[in-house]
Amino acid sequence: MRKIWWKILCIVIIFYVIIMGFMGPVPRLAIINESIRNTYFHVALWLAMTTLLFTSMVFSIRYLNKGRIDDDDIASEIAKSAIFFGILGCLTGSVWANYTWGDPWPNDPKLNGAAVGILIYLAYLLLRSSFEDEQRRARISSVYNIFAFAVFIPIIYILPRLTDSLHPGSGGNSTFGSYDFDNDIRKVFYPAIIGYILLGLWLAELRIRIKQINRVREEALIDAGKL
Amino acid sequence: MNEIKTLIWKEVTLEWRQKYALSGMLLYVVSTVFVCYLSFNLRRNQLTPIVWNTLFWIILLFTAVNAIAKSFSQERHGRLLYYYSLCSPQAIIISKIIYNSFIMLLLSGLGFIFYAFVMGNPVQDNGLFMICILLSSTGFASVLTLIAGIASKADNSATLMAVLSFPIILPMLLMTIRLAKNALDGLDWSVSTDEITTLLSIDLIVITLSYLLFPYLWRS
Repeated sequence: MRKIWWKILCIVIIFYVIIMGFMGPVPRLAIINESIRNTYFHVALWLAMTTLLFTSMVFSIRYLNKGRIDDDDIASEIAKSAIFFGILGCLTGSVWANYTWGDPWPNDPKLNGAAVGILIYLAYLLLRSSFEDEQRRARISSVYNIFAFAVFIPIIYILPRLTDSLHPGSGGNSTFGSYDFDNDIRKVFYPAIIGYILLGLWLAELRIRIKQINRVREEALIDAGKL
Repeated sequence: MNEIKTLIWKEVTLEWRQKYALSGMLLYVVSTVFVCYLSFNLRRNQLTPIVWNTLFWIILLFTAVNAIAKSFSQERHGRLLYYYSLCSPQAIIISKIIYNSFIMLLLSGLGFIFYAFVMGNPVQDNGLFMICILLSSTGFASVLTLIAGIASKADNSATLMAVLSFPIILPMLLMTIRLAKNALDGLDWSVSTDEITTLLSIDLIVITLSYLLFPYLWRS
């Protein structure tokens, strides 16, 4: 992952999304109006977050199978950038809700589910910080991470569909794809998801490298008998 | 199977020998219910079925967290090592889940009787409410057993237990409250099939995950 091409790709896509997102043609719809441009940010951020959390869970499973501490580093840092995206997703959603539903935080099952989801992952970070021993922390938080993802998916994607929600795809509302996802939106929306995922991986990668460098330096100090 | 049976029997014997744990939990439920009853004494007419229902499940949630938190922390380190050498981790987690479900069933059953006794019983469909109690006891027990296992490994396990378990248990709690609401209103059972299947599937997912993940937790 040290190669540079995907970082350039990430920057290009993000700029493309920002420029096309604000300037590009969008369908005219009642009530939503121009705020449909938020699809590129809000919806894409949530999808990117889910993908990152899934990746994090995969690395946790890999850690439990192989026991390499690097996998746990990757899992935790990807989860951190996913939480960052989750908070951004909440904020962009809040802006959107303010102008279309008239309330920055309407009492909606999906919103409450999202808040609970973020709480679950904040608890994951708390759990990580309550261990001193590295291997022990890695093992126990990996178990929790897998468990958390399995609960997170029903909270965000299944439970809101059973109840009445303001979001599309819930409580009998049709999903986005079925009525207003025309080709103009698709051209920006799919690259946006990829761009955010790459950005999240980049953020995670920087922190993983810092962690690994620190570990190597610490080990060198211990070897030299200074610590 | 035999292993699980022996382990459950061991839990029962242990509980019976140190009666204070179980009687402590019973007293906890009873006194919480009584506190709620006295707090609502000022305005009895404001205790609508919705409030009644929510209050009951919140009492049960706190009881469950307190009762199950001790299922790992009460065992001494040496004894855990002894089990480790004797039986498979799967047998241990399954036996603990079964035993905790049993305890939760007992506590919530008795809790419900006492709650209905002092606060009145607006439930119109008692059969459905019993199913609700059964599903939630097994669900709470299975989620909280694994979380208790995780939390017992850390130092400040009491705080961690609450922080880790509340968000995870929330979907289950919401589903249970909705199902119990249907039972309160005496709606037809066909209305609640959605909730029952969702609860059952969450239970199933959680139990499978505990079964798969506990061996890794156990080793540390």
